Amino acid sequence: MAIANGLRQAWQYLRQVTGDDAYERYVAHSRQAHPGETPLTRQQYFRKRQEEKWSKVSRCC
Amino acid sequence: MTERIMPKTILAKLVWVGISLLGASAIGGIAIHQGESINAIWFVVAAACTYLVAYRFYSAWICARVLVLDETRATPAERFNNGRDFIPTNKWVVFGHHFAAIAGPGPLIGPTLAMQFGYLPGTIWILVGAVLGGCVQDMVIMFCSTRRDGRSLGQMARDELGPVGGWAAMIGTMMIMIILIAVLGLVIVNAMKHSPWATATVLGTIPVAMLIGVYMRGIRPGRVLEASLIGIALLIVCVIGGGWIDHNEQLRGMFDWSGESVAWFVIIYGFAAATLPVWLLLAPRDYLSTFLKLGVVFMLAVSILVMAPEVKMPALTQFIDGTGPIFKGTLFPFVFITIACGAISGFHSLVSSGTTPKLLANEREIRMIGYGSMALESFVAIMAVIAATVLDPGVYFAINSPAGVVGKEAAAAVATISSWGFPVTVDQMEMLAKEMGEATLFARTGGAPSLAVGMATIFSTTFGGSLLAMWYHFAIMFEVLFILTTLDAGTRVGRFMLQDLGKHIWKPIGNVSSYPMTVLSSLIFVAAWGYFLWQGVKDPLGGVNILWPLFGISNQLLAGIALSVATGILIKMGKLRFAWVTGLPLTWLAIICTSAAVEKVFSANPAIGFLAGANDMAAKLAAGTLSPERAAVAPQLIIGQRIDAALALFFAIILWIVIADMLRMTLRMRSGKPVLPLSESGYIRSDPALVAGTSH
Repeated sequence: MAIANGLRQAWQYLRQVTGDDAYERYVAHSRQAHPGETPLTRQQYFRKRQEEKWSKVSRCC
Repeated sequence: MTERIMPKTILAKLVWVGISLLGASAIGGIAIHQGESINAIWFVVAAACTYLVAYRFYSAWICARVLVLDETRATPAERFNNGRDFIPTNKWVVFGHHFAAIAGPGPLIGPTLAMQFGYLPGTIWILVGAVLGGCVQDMVIMFCSTRRDGRSLGQMARDELGPVGGWAAMIGTMMIMIILIAVLGLVIVNAMKHSPWATATVLGTIPVAMLIGVYMRGIRPGRVLEASLIGIALLIVCVIGGGWIDHNEQLRGMFDWSGESVAWFVIIYGFAAATLPVWLLLAPRDYLSTFLKLGVVFMLAVSILVMAPEVKMPALTQFIDGTGPIFKGTLFPFVFITIACGAISGFHSLVSSGTTPKLLANEREIRMIGYGSMALESFVAIMAVIAATVLDPGVYFAINSPAGVVGKEAAAAVATISSWGFPVTVDQMEMLAKEMGEATLFARTGGAPSLAVGMATIFSTTFGGSLLAMWYHFAIMFEVLFILTTLDAGTRVGRFMLQDLGKHIWKPIGNVSSYPMTVLSSLIFVAAWGYFLWQGVKDPLGGVNILWPLFGISNQLLAGIALSVATGILIKMGKLRFAWVTGLPLTWLAIICTSAAVEKVFSANPAIGFLAGANDMAAKLAAGTLSPERAAVAPQLIIGQRIDAALALFFAIILWIVIADMLRMTLRMRSGKPVLPLSESGYIRSDPALVAGTSH
């Protein structure tokens, strides 16, 4: 049980740190913060995020 | 603040005394060691204990007494939570993002080059520089930005010091990008030229990245994990495929490129990656290289612990007198310039401000993420030290010394290197090259090949003995891949900076949504770094010896700007008596940056001073004593060295302008005159419910 729990947590961490679950988190946030609005689709969301990420310094030397 | 500076229980006190003593004896052991070799585990112990003690006590003290972190204060992520860039995020996730962002190829290359002085100076500087300088810089800048809605370093310089500091920071940042990209490009050229295996592998990674890009955008949008796993598998196929091409007599020739061809490839690639949409090449390749980077760093740490290799380099070599083959210049100041990343890297202040602060769920996490990530990066630099010094010193010098110093012929090179007291034979080098699947390993300057040989040696012993060539080319692919990420991300950001600055001269260029302006500004920016890269490729001394110190100076300049901003903010907060926390590393950087810049510009030794070098070459050209081959490139190199001189001088002047601006502000404050107000945002109480589930 403890092992299964630990594995699940590790998996969740991996998904979050890589941004794999970023869209689900965004939708949850959007539903809560702006209940009336339709959130972006998965594809729209990722396009926007990528464009933003690579318009500023996000990698060092 | 709940941070407890001193341990509470007797047991805890004893444990920390134990860690301190262990660390001190490891450092002492490394320092006074005399003999054939010393085990690398001592380096790991010395480093780990230093970071632990510094983190536990120094960073806790800074957070509690100097910065006075306030866990009840809402962070920008909590206040502006928009589900996109401002998101309160689990601290381990932020740690992962921040570390992946700051850890680039710098901490691997700089320490490798600096080992020409012996292992001791570099190791001490990496440890001391990190815990007193680099970690402090990253953490304090992160704190300042968090208290200012996540503003960037440039904005903070403008708000806190004034327009002069702001402009200096902007121009300085763009210049460092140009030099950084040029020198990293040169490292790639030296790793790939006349290596069909490496070239074929790297070319193969481009369609792989595009495939992953298409997959993540169109086929399975945003499925980062599965796409990356497929990508990594394909990268390994590329390494194996590269080996197959290398063994095929007909195909081999197609990928056997000269330095010039590889340089053109890098230049065209940089331009393409900066102008193509990010989803196609840049973003997917970044996922792959980040996975690879973290994986390799982890594997290296495990293998060093498992294998416990012997360090064969002496503690000090005769080259501390400035006559080193890899780069010229005495121990002071050049060890501090050569190793920037890993000890203190100004570039980090660009990620510590602006990006990471927008993710922090609580202020108290600044300590772990700011100070802790940099300590980990410093540890990566220590691993690079180990990978370089486990090689036979003769082999290390044979790989890293340019042909212009030791001679073009193998026999001449080994004779020169052996005469320095580092025995090496032609047979030994040929054997090694064969094992690594390369035609030759002589004069592969830039640090990447010698690091790859070191890593391949360490990996193959731990994970599988007979696969040396595979490991070597895996390591080269890993290095090139993540240098390319820095290169094209840097070109893209550099283009935005150029547009931002350029609009003050010619307004239309500032239009970031215009495609012609995108192409034009990218062309200008690529031409700027391409010029320095080309100059390096043409240089018979390998170019790294010129460009790397210039890069070190520019990176330390940026750190100087960041620390000036931080010191100014501390003083304005009424913490003059604690201003030494950032003031001390700032003073040290000002000393080394200025001494290095002055030496690089004015030294009468043509191997060190840019002006003397240019004049010396001009005199030889006029007298007709240069070989025809060298005479052909001499006019280009003469102009190049003069531009390098102007640039080094420019860096030193910018640094002093910012320091003077900070001191001017301090003096005005002391005499009661008005200064720009502290731009800190007001206190808003954190609502634990809003950030629940993120920080614990």
